[in-house]
Amino acid sequence: MRDVAVIAYAQTPNVRTERTRNEVEMLMPIIDEVVQKSGVPRQEIGFTCSGSSDYIAGQCFSFVMAVDAVGAWPPIMESHVEMDGAWALYEAWIKIQCGEVDSALVFSFGRSSMGETAETLTLQTDPYTMAPLGPDAISMAALQARSGLDAGVFSERDMAEVAARSRRDALSNPEAQLAGEFDPEALLKSPYLVSPLRAHDCPPISDGAAAMVIAADDTARNACDKPVWIRGIDHRLETHQLGSRDLARSPSTALAGEKAGVGQGKVDIAELHAPFSHQELILKQALGLDDDVRINPSGGALAANPIMSAGLARIGEASRQIAGGAAQRAVAHATSGPCLQQNLVCVLEG
Amino acid sequence: MSEENEPITRIITPVHVEYTYTPGVASERFLRGVREGKLLGGACDACGRVYVPSRGACPRCAAPTSEFRELSDKGTVITFCVVRVPAENIDVELPYCTASILLDGADISFTGLIQGCPFEEVRIGMRVQAVWKPEAEWDFSIGNIQHFEPNSEADVPFEDIKEYS
Repeated sequence: MRDVAVIAYAQTPNVRTERTRNEVEMLMPIIDEVVQKSGVPRQEIGFTCSGSSDYIAGQCFSFVMAVDAVGAWPPIMESHVEMDGAWALYEAWIKIQCGEVDSALVFSFGRSSMGETAETLTLQTDPYTMAPLGPDAISMAALQARSGLDAGVFSERDMAEVAARSRRDALSNPEAQLAGEFDPEALLKSPYLVSPLRAHDCPPISDGAAAMVIAADDTARNACDKPVWIRGIDHRLETHQLGSRDLARSPSTALAGEKAGVGQGKVDIAELHAPFSHQELILKQALGLDDDVRINPSGGALAANPIMSAGLARIGEASRQIAGGAAQRAVAHATSGPCLQQNLVCVLEG
Repeated sequence: MSEENEPITRIITPVHVEYTYTPGVASERFLRGVREGKLLGGACDACGRVYVPSRGACPRCAAPTSEFRELSDKGTVITFCVVRVPAENIDVELPYCTASILLDGADISFTGLIQGCPFEEVRIGMRVQAVWKPEAEWDFSIGNIQHFEPNSEADVPFEDIKEYS
């Protein structure tokens, strides 16, 4: 295996509605920033891979237009996943492991504000027997929360504490969208949005983008003072059928975590892509994280949830913690699909 | 075979998704221009190439296209094809001729219909001019240009446009 490191990361501030800029205009400054920060000349970056969804953009081939922000001349080697950017990172990591390239630019974007996000996400379910029923993303997450509450895996109080902690931590993240001091007791007095979820259990609708440069071996060492090494990365998928899954647990996360080597050392911080408060509790258990692991110092997806970019942002935020000296070893996680259907786990070290 | 043994070959599951689309800084400038009968191109801050419409970035340099320039509504046919096959959502009578047209002052070709001459006469290098809808019908739409038609100018030699073909 080659040693591969995150050598630069940048993201846009996350906002409720990006009214002025299109995707290209959002991406151009952060792609420029990561390329500059990486120290690898733009023409020497071997591969470019992005993650986004035309369903979020409301426009076919929106990812092709986004390549304008990269500078694809002379022609570049490029790919795209119709998934969160974390999976674009995975593809780029594989490309480097295969020895085809030594460095890659990874980026992702989502202007979730343009559509009715919760309803748009219905369309990722089985189109024959489930999507026609119209289950929206919040209702599906509520089914999962109910399942976990009834199984005694967590309580509504636990969920409110996750929400309060996330929004408090977001106060120190200038790129977060939803931040503030909240008292869990007071949160529990608010009405249900979709029972058993209250508004605080749900993510904000966010517009945002993220970009990262990764590189292998000496390319990383020579370009960067503090490369953040990807020591393990794996992703696992569960079935489409919600009824066939144990929604209160996440066996795909547990397996991905095991393959990525989460348990092989002390974990200082974890950035978990949990758009709904109860999902953090399920993920924490699946990854076997101790109570002393600091979870989502960035505020996590409860503070900013640009669809298709919030997963890559977890890996980026974790890499920042290590590069900044706040952690030596971190776990980052990304999810895709309803109710934590697919999960990617990445172990990072300084 | 009884009905319950017939294979199900087709189901229809309607999907409806609504979006509130905002085009971005550069595309909005272009659309506001077209509303007034102007074609605005964006010039690259780094290399000076002019894109129309611009999405805000030069795809070669990944630099912003900050400066807007009003372009001519005359141009040169870079390539074309005559379409004789119907397609959904295309409200043009068959057959029609669609062309890539390099507007004067632009560095990227622009798509338009060619009318006003027999299709056999359409050729690469031919000079054309936009025919606009009546001003009262102008909207924030490239549909304000009905089509392009030949003007009487001499053809542009292929050598001069081969970079764009």
